[in-house]
Amino acid sequence: MHKTIDTNIFKASWTYHEAPESTSHVHVKKQYELFIDGKFTKPVKGNYFNTIDPSNNQTISRVAEAKTEDVDKAVKAARKAFKNWSALTGKERGKYIFRIARLIQERAREFAVIESLDGGKPIRESRDIDIPLAANHFFYYAGWADKLSYAFPNRKVQPIGVAGQIIPWNFPLLMAAWKIAPALATGNTVVLKPAETTPLTALKLAEIINESGLPKGVVNIITGAGETGAAIVNHPDIDKIAFTGSTGVGKYIQNAIAGTAKKLTLELGGKGANIIFEDAAIDQAVEGIVNAIFFNQGHVCCAGSRLFVQESVANLVIQKLKDRMNTLIVGKPLDKNTDIGAINSKKQLKTIENYIKIGLNEGGEIYQPVCDLPKKGNWCAPTLFLNVSQSHRVVQEEIFGPVLAVQTFRTIEEVIEKANNTPYGLSAGVWTQKGSKIFHLTQKLNAGVVWANTFNKFDPSSPFGGYKESGFGREGGLHGLKAYVKFD
Amino acid sequence: MSRLDVHKTYKLYIGGKFPRTESGRYYSVNNTKGDLIANMCLASRKDFRNAVVVARKAQQSWANKTSLNKGQILYRIAEMLEGRKEQFIAELVLQGDTKKAAQSEVDLAIDRLVYYAGWSGKFQQLFSTVNPVCSAHFNFSNLEPVGIVAIIAPEKQSLLGLVSMIAPAMVGGNTVIILASESNPLTAISFAEVLNSSDVPDGVVNILTGKKDELIHHMASHMDVNSIIYCGQDQKVIKTISELASKNLKRTAFYKKKDWSSDESESPYFIEKTQEIKTTWHPTEF
Repeated sequence: MHKTIDTNIFKASWTYHEAPESTSHVHVKKQYELFIDGKFTKPVKGNYFNTIDPSNNQTISRVAEAKTEDVDKAVKAARKAFKNWSALTGKERGKYIFRIARLIQERAREFAVIESLDGGKPIRESRDIDIPLAANHFFYYAGWADKLSYAFPNRKVQPIGVAGQIIPWNFPLLMAAWKIAPALATGNTVVLKPAETTPLTALKLAEIINESGLPKGVVNIITGAGETGAAIVNHPDIDKIAFTGSTGVGKYIQNAIAGTAKKLTLELGGKGANIIFEDAAIDQAVEGIVNAIFFNQGHVCCAGSRLFVQESVANLVIQKLKDRMNTLIVGKPLDKNTDIGAINSKKQLKTIENYIKIGLNEGGEIYQPVCDLPKKGNWCAPTLFLNVSQSHRVVQEEIFGPVLAVQTFRTIEEVIEKANNTPYGLSAGVWTQKGSKIFHLTQKLNAGVVWANTFNKFDPSSPFGGYKESGFGREGGLHGLKAYVKFD
Repeated sequence: MSRLDVHKTYKLYIGGKFPRTESGRYYSVNNTKGDLIANMCLASRKDFRNAVVVARKAQQSWANKTSLNKGQILYRIAEMLEGRKEQFIAELVLQGDTKKAAQSEVDLAIDRLVYYAGWSGKFQQLFSTVNPVCSAHFNFSNLEPVGIVAIIAPEKQSLLGLVSMIAPAMVGGNTVIILASESNPLTAISFAEVLNSSDVPDGVVNILTGKKDELIHHMASHMDVNSIIYCGQDQKVIKTISELASKNLKRTAFYKKKDWSSDESESPYFIEKTQEIKTTWHPTEF
């Protein structure tokens, strides 16, 4: 029998001293302009908005808001740059992209600190995951630029033209890399809009792009909120839209560009099933559950937010999970001890808190470890909902926070049915020590990415994207090139 | 003494059966002289919805058939069509084609089936990858069928166009609901008879006849259809389909080509259009 560990005693006898990452080496300007045609340009209408540190709600910097006129300028710059950029040899294009990769690596520490400041994610994650993956993504696609004829058998490919790219706030620099790197490698030019709550690393990337000597106008980075995004989507001289964000906005975009020649790829929401069988390595699986849902505060489209535990081990797994949650450190993003950082924005915190209310009202049993949340800023303790079923909203809807809905199952057929019973299809996880069971499950689960005995792993060479209402198109790997080429 | 011909009643093809439209409606197809050739079923929204139900039911088990088996079934369709060439040529001629054009179209349709039969078990290898990730994981990406594909067949080359759309979706493990050419629908229903005698499981291919204006809305907005393909040039239709497809993020494809006889009208990229990419990770250390 598993014995409950008194983790409060454990915590009391083990104090963690603060280990803050220094911000002294970081350069953030008081105000950022729009990056258009290789220059930082003031917005036509002169509007700015603040970007804040979600861990204390203090303003970090002021950022320009791009209106329709600014979007138009950016698109014109990208259109102008397209002619020469697409005519450049793949070899030369690739070398620029390699340079960008190297420059990110050189300034990785600075990028990591800014990412955590602006977005609230633990420095360990931005340092070890976001920033290195972003640099690697550029490095990976740089190599493709002069090898495109090998990627599509029996077809000659051409760039599409000007790509309008809209990215979310959960992995700001990484998503910029996912969008820009393949677009450049294939000879397109770019107008990219980072999310309004996390614009800083994209603007720092603009600095790097300038340092790399990339011809002006090839990449334009403009900041703003939904209105700016809509102006990009609806601009008549954009040839391709790539969007990562909510399913609702994804549907709006597909509808908005209907009848135009614009090409579209969408990477949208999810409600990933994470399935634990009785023959899983239980301790590893518990770590996997934690990583699946609490990584990046649960602000992950492919999060394993629906847990399915086989009934025979349910009590054991849930107890171990609670014990593990008791040891998670929620706190300052820049502290290297931190496991769970700040919720990205007040708005998102409200959304999450509202779902927790809904879960309780619908009769779910909640579990949250006792943790000292900082007084200022946006925080949410890691949360479990037990005694919930397929009909509960916390089971059906994407919460995008550290909230896990737990269900049990008896048979393999039952769990496949339950796991697939969602309009989403982005990710899934399977935990078992039996190989044939893994492949049976990975074949049956309707999801674009399936992690077996692991979760939330990413790599530039690994295609990522969803089935069903989680979007279409893939980012990463050879398959990620397809989103940015057309056949002759 | 001359013998009176026995005319065929053209019906729909849903779930391996030949029902009349539940709506009881019909439309007339005339030859170039204006004489009545046949009364075709004017399929309704309900007919389409029935087809989706049987297509969904059939999809998993069709996809799970071995690639060898799927290839052989496609080849079997070609064999059956070859044996009934004369009937198809006659129907195409009846619809207004010259004998020569009809012969060539039927030949091409048969060869196209053989072409896609041969892709079974190969397109997966062409488009799948093993991904060398920078961590201790084995990682690969392979193709899976998107699910149910609704197709609006080309108006001209009514047999060849139909076959050029059904074969790649089918060999990819999808189930299909296809709306036949509105003005030249005869061969589509006769092709259903070929499918019906070719070991194609019930519900894998469903063929409707009717009005595009009426059915396209339902095809594009049905929430259990995963992908919609339109063969044609009508820009308004393309816009409508894209708008309605956004309700459940259907994958869309628009083929504007008018001639389906060229070499470019067949390629593994037509199969790939009906596929999803799945990426699987597993640790290599323990």
